[in-house]
Amino acid sequence: MDWPTLAARLFGDAHAIVADGDFLGGTATFDGAEIAVVGTTNHAAVGVELALRQARAILATIEAHPGRPLLLLVDTQGQKLRRRDELLGIHRAMAHLGCCLDLARREGHPVVGLVYDQALSGGFITSGLMADACHALPEAEIRVMRVPAMARVTKLPEELLESLSLTNPVFAPGVANYVAMGGVRSLWEHDLAAGLRAALADRDTADRRAEEGARRGGRRVAADVMRRVLEA
Amino acid sequence: MNASFAELSARERLAAVVDAGSFHEWLPPSERVTSPHLAQLGVPAAFDDGVAIGRAALDGRTILVAAQEGEFMGGGVGEVHGAKLVGLLRRALRDRPDAVVLLAESGGVRLHEANAGLIAVSEVMRALLDVRAAGIPTVVLIGGANGCFGGMGIVARCADTVVMSDIARHAMSGPEVIESAHGAGEFDSRDRALVWRTTGGKHRWLTGDCDVLVEDDPDAFRAAAIAAMARHRPLTLAALQQESALLQRRADVDGDNADAFELWSRLGVADARSVPDLDAAAVRALRPATGGA
Amino acid sequence: MVGMETLHYAFDGGRALPPFAPALVGVVASGNLEVLVEPASGTGCRIDVDTSARGFGPIWEAVLRDFHARHGLGGLVVSIHDMGATPAVVSLRLDQAISAIGGATP
Repeated sequence: MDWPTLAARLFGDAHAIVADGDFLGGTATFDGAEIAVVGTTNHAAVGVELALRQARAILATIEAHPGRPLLLLVDTQGQKLRRRDELLGIHRAMAHLGCCLDLARREGHPVVGLVYDQALSGGFITSGLMADACHALPEAEIRVMRVPAMARVTKLPEELLESLSLTNPVFAPGVANYVAMGGVRSLWEHDLAAGLRAALADRDTADRRAEEGARRGGRRVAADVMRRVLEA
Repeated sequence: MNASFAELSARERLAAVVDAGSFHEWLPPSERVTSPHLAQLGVPAAFDDGVAIGRAALDGRTILVAAQEGEFMGGGVGEVHGAKLVGLLRRALRDRPDAVVLLAESGGVRLHEANAGLIAVSEVMRALLDVRAAGIPTVVLIGGANGCFGGMGIVARCADTVVMSDIARHAMSGPEVIESAHGAGEFDSRDRALVWRTTGGKHRWLTGDCDVLVEDDPDAFRAAAIAAMARHRPLTLAALQQESALLQRRADVDGDNADAFELWSRLGVADARSVPDLDAAAVRALRPATGGA
Repeated sequence: MVGMETLHYAFDGGRALPPFAPALVGVVASGNLEVLVEPASGTGCRIDVDTSARGFGPIWEAVLRDFHARHGLGGLVVSIHDMGATPAVVSLRLDQAISAIGGATP
């Protein structure tokens, strides 16, 4: 789903979200209240500039609008793969973006993430995955890396990774899978506004993803290991 | 000790950094808390899933500490590995040690565990930021041959203090990945000098992306960790606004340039071309007064 | 070919060491292995191997037999995760592990 259609489904006419290159930003009115919207489009490759742009938008919201909900719209192919971005410390720019989202949460802004198209790797770690909770549209795709690149790096055969991607939750890129693993809290189907409404109402800001992964059966070990460390 | 920090295993580094004999390990190898995902790929598990965690003394004070083994799966974070780190960080919130010290060596998400690794890295990041927000100093030591990359590269820069040796690397994507995507013209991964001046400790020091630069020496890392226990930088709105401005200013100064020598010169480093030949002490003295901004 | 191979060996008639805490040496990496040594009841020496390099049973048997002949220890279990280490490296790690638990290295 493209972002204008998404925005219309969520807000009708009541939004002032604009795209500037790969950057999405603006505000919307939802259930009578203003919310801030920050994100990316065009399967953005997130480099230093785009990370900083999103960070600035988040900080501006924190400064000017205490408590205003923040909706992150995620569509990214991951971090930009260029020497210049590494030179300029893209890892630091991404850490900064993550820290800005974290501050928003700590300052009491409800922060809701929505993967509406793609989310890969570093681009996802410092956007949707830093929200109070991340949600997704059913047709969205979330993955760490595409299979050919993964095969090159791991030296595992492509055919093996492809077949695992079909059958194994750890490799399958479907968002339903991420729900089962606790990484995504819910899928927004049909009534998207209802999805957003429920997400904004959910004020549990603790990181319960491991527990959810255990409860839903997609990630069975993590929560238990965490508990064992606390009890050791 | 004149041994190379980089050549030690994770456990040897950990033992060298903390007070002698003070490390008490949680979920030790004999408990066999191993990955449930590797056997299906024909890969052997590690008894500690590539990370040792526990409590130790550092200069007589209590720390919680973790050391990632970069030789096992490239130090990649899988479900168990990540959960050990999160458990350690959550325990820090409860037990309130004087600091949390992470000896990081990692390629980021463990690709063999894909989705589980991705979520795990995010959980580590959230937990680290919780520790930082609680006012407990967080210190990351980067000195392994494999560097600190990917999601762990991001996580590491969320700490109060990042200590690097001059031979270490801290970045997001490795040169091979970039070369694979855009060709050797973009980033020749076999040009070691290029790789190190783009992502190595000296570069990160000169540009302010790391906080302390040391020699490849366990004693130097220990001393830096001790000093860093006193260093806590709250992530306030003002602090983050300052960080935004600093990073934007640097990107503006750099323009379209992708070469370290040029960037260092523009930032005010004298005789940029000599940097690769200098030792850590000499490079420390070259950091521009503006803190590398 | 994907899949691990698991091998088990047991040797009799070893002398016990003074009580020791489990020790780990080595790292699971290409051409390397990790060895965990733990106390066990009885006088035997049990060795369990998980390896990604399949089909080397006879060589493991020879190397481990030599190891037991060299040290003659009982009351322990040795657990190995191997990623294609050579016999020389395997023997080295085993000796390092015994040294770590207070046994002499010949």
